[in-house]
Amino acid sequence: MSAVVLGWAVFLAPFLLVAAMGCATFRLLRGPRAQDRVLALDTLYVIAAMLLLVFGIRTGSSLYFEAALLITLIGFVATAALSKFLMRGEVIE
Amino acid sequence: MTQAVELPGWAALTVAVLLLSGAGLTLVGAVGLLRLKTFYERVHAPTLGTTLGIGCVLLASMLFFSLVQTRFILHEILIAVLVVITTPVTLMLLTRAALYRDQIEGTGAVPLPLHLSRGRNIDNQ
Amino acid sequence: MKHLLRHPLFALLLLIAWLLLMESVSPGAVLLGSLLALGGSWALASLALPRARLRRLAVLPGLMRDVLVEVVRSNNAVARIILNPKGGTTRRSGFVRIPLDMRDPYGLAALACILTATPGTVWAEYDAEEGTMLLHVLDLIDEAEWVFIVKQKWEQRLMEIFE
Repeated sequence: MSAVVLGWAVFLAPFLLVAAMGCATFRLLRGPRAQDRVLALDTLYVIAAMLLLVFGIRTGSSLYFEAALLITLIGFVATAALSKFLMRGEVIE
Repeated sequence: MTQAVELPGWAALTVAVLLLSGAGLTLVGAVGLLRLKTFYERVHAPTLGTTLGIGCVLLASMLFFSLVQTRFILHEILIAVLVVITTPVTLMLLTRAALYRDQIEGTGAVPLPLHLSRGRNIDNQ
Repeated sequence: MKHLLRHPLFALLLLIAWLLLMESVSPGAVLLGSLLALGGSWALASLALPRARLRRLAVLPGLMRDVLVEVVRSNNAVARIILNPKGGTTRRSGFVRIPLDMRDPYGLAALACILTATPGTVWAEYDAEEGTMLLHVLDLIDEAEWVFIVKQKWEQRLMEIFE
């Protein structure tokens, strides 16, 4: 019984996360301003990391963990660089 | 999916609840990204996913792998620490960038920096 | 010894992170992690950061518990605001300028992280001359109340730790 519940949770959680990615992608395309797009991109990175963690539980493989770690790292660097760019028009001052 | 059978009932249920609430909270945050009206309101929305959302999923993952491999799997803490440190930094940088752009353009929706509202720049000229 | 290990706490954290990543405490992993931690602390020392003074660490556990409680509570509050079908015609959001007594850079960084990590508030700006900060609040009812919350709930205890 409980294994069935876990199976359903692992089956449903990616759908919720993909729906969240859809919302963020809509904001990414719609804008209206550059800072909205950067915010949406940052959200996408975090949701992608969560999706990988859920896949890890689904397959029982801990390989996905490292991918999730890398995505959070890359997401941070990318958003920080983009914010810097929005502020001054250049990344390295 | 084969591992799920080996888990005791309470653990499977806890992992399921944690996973669904984490994913659900993230979805609510993303909906907020769509529904809220201005940029400064939208900045608040993704924090739902980056605090409790990813926290729940990481807890679920830690519990699941610890029980399946019958030893403590703690490396999810690394992602948690990383997210806790980096999210505020990115959001602050982004808010400051947006504030700076709005102040430069003078849209009127944001408060001016203090040294401008005190009129020091006018005195200098 | 002081030259060898400038930031012992940072080096220790790096070593722990490495061991977690390797998922082992074998001699090889510990050796490699120690070398990495040593190199990392040297790199940090070359940045010549101002020294942090940590005092009264006994306050820290209570503070962390309160941050956790606050994060859960405001997650709930912000989720309600987002899902509110009326779309926030009565809700008002806006900026609050809050005067701060804290001057320690690490304390201010900790305050900024706490405020930004709790949904519903974002740290927007800090004016070093006047010592005031600009906070954006999603559900702004009373400006004076927010000044009170920030100063009483967070700033006071952070000052106990960092100053």
